[in-house]
Amino acid sequence: MGLIEAIILSVLAASTPLLLAATGELVTERSGVLNLGVEGMMIVGAACGFGGAWLSGSIIVGALCGMVAGILMSLIFALMALGLAVNQVATGLALTILGIGLSGLIGAGFVGERITPAPHLHIPGLSDIPLAGRILFGEDGFVYLSIALVVGVWWFLYRTRAGLILRACGDNHVSAHALGYPVLRIRLYAVMFGGACAGLAGAYLPLAYTPFFIPGMTAGRGWIALALTVFASWRPARLVVGAYLFGAVTILQLHAQGAGIGIPSQFMSSLPYLATIIVLVLLSRARTGGSTAPAALGTVFVPDR
Amino acid sequence: MPDTTSAAQHTGATPLLQTVGLTKRYGSFLANDKIDLDIRPQEIHALLGENGAGKSTLVKTIYGLIQPSEGEIRWQGRTIVLSGPSDARAHGIGMVFQHFSLFDNLTVAENVALGLDGKEPFKDMSARLEQVSRTYGLPLDPKREVWQLSVGERQRIEIVRALMQNPQFLILDEPTAVLTPQEADQLFIVLNRLKAEGRAILYISHKLDEVKRLCDTATILRGGRKVETCNPRAETAASLARMMVGGEIMEVKAAASRQITVPRLLVNDLSLTPDDPHGIRLEHISFELRGGEILGIAGVAGNGQDELFAALSGERLAKDPGTIVIDGHAAGHLSITRRRKLGAAFIPEERLGHGTAPRMRLSENALLTGHAIGNMVLHGFVNTAATLKTVDRTTETFDVRKAKRDPEAASLSGGNLQKFIVGREILRDPVVLIVNQPTWGVDAGAAAVIRQALLDLAAGGAAVLVTSQDLDELAEITDRIAVMFHGRLSAPVPTAEASRETLGLLMGGSSIEAPETPHATRA
Repeated sequence: MGLIEAIILSVLAASTPLLLAATGELVTERSGVLNLGVEGMMIVGAACGFGGAWLSGSIIVGALCGMVAGILMSLIFALMALGLAVNQVATGLALTILGIGLSGLIGAGFVGERITPAPHLHIPGLSDIPLAGRILFGEDGFVYLSIALVVGVWWFLYRTRAGLILRACGDNHVSAHALGYPVLRIRLYAVMFGGACAGLAGAYLPLAYTPFFIPGMTAGRGWIALALTVFASWRPARLVVGAYLFGAVTILQLHAQGAGIGIPSQFMSSLPYLATIIVLVLLSRARTGGSTAPAALGTVFVPDR
Repeated sequence: MPDTTSAAQHTGATPLLQTVGLTKRYGSFLANDKIDLDIRPQEIHALLGENGAGKSTLVKTIYGLIQPSEGEIRWQGRTIVLSGPSDARAHGIGMVFQHFSLFDNLTVAENVALGLDGKEPFKDMSARLEQVSRTYGLPLDPKREVWQLSVGERQRIEIVRALMQNPQFLILDEPTAVLTPQEADQLFIVLNRLKAEGRAILYISHKLDEVKRLCDTATILRGGRKVETCNPRAETAASLARMMVGGEIMEVKAAASRQITVPRLLVNDLSLTPDDPHGIRLEHISFELRGGEILGIAGVAGNGQDELFAALSGERLAKDPGTIVIDGHAAGHLSITRRRKLGAAFIPEERLGHGTAPRMRLSENALLTGHAIGNMVLHGFVNTAATLKTVDRTTETFDVRKAKRDPEAASLSGGNLQKFIVGREILRDPVVLIVNQPTWGVDAGAAAVIRQALLDLAAGGAAVLVTSQDLDELAEITDRIAVMFHGRLSAPVPTAEASRETLGLLMGGSSIEAPETPHATRA
């Protein structure tokens, strides 16, 4: 396996959890809810995902456990932020703190254990084509799933009526309510979808990225997913660009450090953040007009019945 | 789909829609108290009342947005229960909201689609949208996003959206509040046409002349109760107003003689690019305002009034100090506080969040604009006694009604809070007062108090600039009127010589360009 091939494979692996979590958050935010608890939902997803896979011996069961854990976490958020109309920023931050603690508790029994990581696709013939074969036809299932998910979300948001209603709730919840749409129920579904994606993104880490669980292994990826959503101006296509760019620079700077370039490692480590922010800022500057953020983002809605 | 011609057969006998003893209770507060309303086919029925009289609650109940506590709604004689707006739409009830229920970042077609049941494919719906809008003379481009459209166009979307459900009964909540007189006339043509087609309309307004012109019946609400149902054409505007208010309204009187003195506010060729990408650019604005004079600025909302206010108040600074001169001092570059020290006072349109900090007490709000002059701050410390005294003086002079001595701003009703804000500024004896929409959303009694206060201030020698969308208000209190359109200001004309027609045309943008752009010839 050549160096370039290895780099591209590790870039895809590093980008996939970001893409999964950010796609979920994009849907949540498009409905007008700001859930800052992505990191917390991810880390609980990682612990439960690993636990599920270790106990059952199945990666799929592990992934489902991660998603369910993410959804349960998001329901705590929904109860507070939607049901009780508590401030969304505070609730989201609290959810992250809760998640970090909870994941340590859940994962305590699994630390040090190993599982067989998610298998990679292998199509005889196709996967053996030099370079492109491994990259296109030799990934683990999560990579394909994440790409299908972004395409699916794009199609849902811009081509279906349900997606239009979801965007409408994020643009102006008072109007959506006046037209008779159940704003809070729509937002609940969006928050749960975000939770499922974050849980899956978390589970990806111990199931495919590294075959073991360590506390705090999400290492801020949830925050990066949140930032990606904003810098991608809440558009799925830009999210893909941002997530892969971030993954690419992360891996490249590691290789560059390994090769012994005389640049301080702290600067190199900050490159992924810098590069992603610069590119996405340039992209969002080229917008045609109108506001990019969902206008009702983060605002509390209480229907007047 | 209901056939529109069948409705015409009901004319006379059976009401199309009836409310019987409709009551809505919020805790111990009765928003609607046993309201009986009959609406017949081919009728334009006015619903009149002050703010807080219960009009909005009543129509929201009829549209299924609010569930009644007691009483029932009958549709063509049969009792119906509306669990939501989609139920109401299914029966043939449509509604055009006062505060538009539109989505700024979605296209016209998407906005309309959201108001329909969604059974129709999007493409067919778009085609029908164009057809309906053409049939009724309400042209719309389905592909444009709402934030790009004017207020009048936005209202068209609402009306077309309602019409696409082919309603037999249409509710309009203050539809002309944001329109020029000509746009309002256009709307009346559409409404009369709908009536001729056999539909019924419930028309909420507090423009009484309009109601007399357009409506066949009027129901008047006061304090959540029905006061009267009458024929508005047989009443006078004054008698309708009496029924709404439940007593005589104080008559606003201008002082017999007012001394027009020296220029207090000069604006010289003020141009300003907005910060907000959706904002309006101010283009070469010039006018002179003398002491003892009230100048009115008319215009449809969103034509640069807010930007002009920001420039005059110092929320946005002009590049050239000389573009704004307050009482003889170049002030274009000065901060709000320094302009206040020159004797200027400012009253913005938005009461909560701009005119006052909603969660702060009145005394604290008094300090927020009063700290520049007077004795509210001594050696850097707040003189609480002085701020409370300002609240008391304002309360007394302007009859501000509140539950306790020093409540939070947000706890006051709109009219009382506006009286407090106006009073707070006027009691500082400004030489220049700049006020944006002084009586917007304020009940008739408070509006009269505020207008009288502005007249009295001018009589005392101050210069007053009033921006308003209410032409009646401007006609009542101003000496001269100018019109704002697309960031330009027309030359002021004496109010006595300005006809509604001329002003309406200027508000729609005609003839303002020609005399106001000297460099147009260069292009």
